[in-house]
Amino acid sequence: MVEAKEDFTQERETKIIKGNVAAAYGAKSARVQVISAYPITPQTTVVEKLSEFADNGEMPGTQYLKFESEHSVMAATIGASTAGTRTFTATSGQGLFYMYEMVHWAAGARLPIVTTIASRGPAPPWNIWADFTDIISCRDTGWMISFASSHQEIYDDILMSYKISEDHEILLPKFVAYGGFTLSHTSKPVTLEDQDAVDDFLPPLPDERGWPHIFLDPERPMMHGNLIMPSGFYNEFRLKIHYAHTIAKQKIKDVTTEFEKKFGRSYGNGLIEEYKMKDAEVAILNYGELAMQMEEAVDDLRNEGYKVGCVKLRYLRPFPVEDIIHIANKVKVLGVADRATAFGSPTGGPVSSEVKAVLYGSGASTKILPIVMGLGGREVGLEQQKNQLKVLTKLNETGEFPKDMIEGTFWDGLLELD
Amino acid sequence: MNKVKWKNICEDKDKRPEVQEYKNWKDLPPIPISFPIKGSIGTTGDWRTFKPVIDRDTCTKCGICWMYCPEGTIIRNKEGEFEVDYVYCKGCGICAKECPTKSIEMVRESEV
Repeated sequence: MVEAKEDFTQERETKIIKGNVAAAYGAKSARVQVISAYPITPQTTVVEKLSEFADNGEMPGTQYLKFESEHSVMAATIGASTAGTRTFTATSGQGLFYMYEMVHWAAGARLPIVTTIASRGPAPPWNIWADFTDIISCRDTGWMISFASSHQEIYDDILMSYKISEDHEILLPKFVAYGGFTLSHTSKPVTLEDQDAVDDFLPPLPDERGWPHIFLDPERPMMHGNLIMPSGFYNEFRLKIHYAHTIAKQKIKDVTTEFEKKFGRSYGNGLIEEYKMKDAEVAILNYGELAMQMEEAVDDLRNEGYKVGCVKLRYLRPFPVEDIIHIANKVKVLGVADRATAFGSPTGGPVSSEVKAVLYGSGASTKILPIVMGLGGREVGLEQQKNQLKVLTKLNETGEFPKDMIEGTFWDGLLELD
Repeated sequence: MNKVKWKNICEDKDKRPEVQEYKNWKDLPPIPISFPIKGSIGTTGDWRTFKPVIDRDTCTKCGICWMYCPEGTIIRNKEGEFEVDYVYCKGCGICAKECPTKSIEMVRESEV
């Protein structure tokens, strides 16, 4: 993230807040009309803060709905969105898994719902700390998935999400994921934008006619979600979801540029952010909060004379195919660090599988090192990330992979007790 | 890149055609939508095994059959009498079961 220059004149307020509170402010600034909520650690304070806003009249006209489970939460969000409202919800880990059936429905019905995920490790063993395996299990649902790597980015990405999701050529729901506790429960300064400027940036709230593809009107009843026979257009409707993802890539880039012009904070090209990649020989790709810390590690190693760089993946879906090929062609060795698991995968963690798949047939001869680390909130320190960059440099110079690779994957930071 | 061609259904709500024809996936809207049209899945009266026959002599015109019919195929005529729309009545028998005066008899179609 590049900080805003001082010459932006809108009235803005900077508050020191937790990541979850930043998410709540994001929903408030976007003037969401319906919030459905069920608490789950580490997401709870998002919906707690929103209930406070709704209770003390800071969100006039917003319906705050409580439910008995995440499945009902998403079902209600779908209902509210189908009726033509801007909707928001948030969950984590096990809650997301419980929501899963409805997650598919939201994408199939092409409803521009925005949901934040404070990611946590799946149980058992019971775990509530940062691990992106939960959100990555929604990879094939048709939702757009982005990762926020800072408190400010959580707030900013929610605003951008509504603009991208509600585009009439896209109309897809979107997840904004960030690490549980690492971002959700730590406090940092977040610039909250002037409401008029946000209103100006976002598309207008849907009127009584709702979204362009569906509206509920008792005068003219309609039905959607009904049965399609195998000879019907089912394949074609699925293709349309995929096609919306392909055109969303350009839209994301455009919206990110527009956001930068309006508010002064930039997020690379929208899909990825490169850091010191100009003359880098080796690089590492991260997502979520560890991508921010990796920039520090790169700075430190640059001071020691290493030609290293790093890349922050902002979007898992749509996947930035062209950008990944571009960065892979720049460097000789690319590490892909996953704070998530893809059990039994032939190529490391979930994102390293994607990167390897993209590079097959692209002509890039880049060596890829899949790294799995930091699962279930295990701390990944600056020194560990610097060591990862050194491992990649050694791979570049000598062709030597780390000794303790397991099935082609480097599990970094495993405990070894005496 | 192919331009998406589907039409915004909210724009001209009253001008929407009853049936839209699509040649390929690019013309399709994002989701399939159905508007209720009488008999859109065929004449469901064909499904019937038993046919409800109303006995006009004992019928008190209470309207309970009309309320209970799940398909809306019992129709009240101008004289206030109830008739069955046999084109769409599936023959479920709920009207006969609920009739307080037992004025509706379910007759096997082959015996009619």
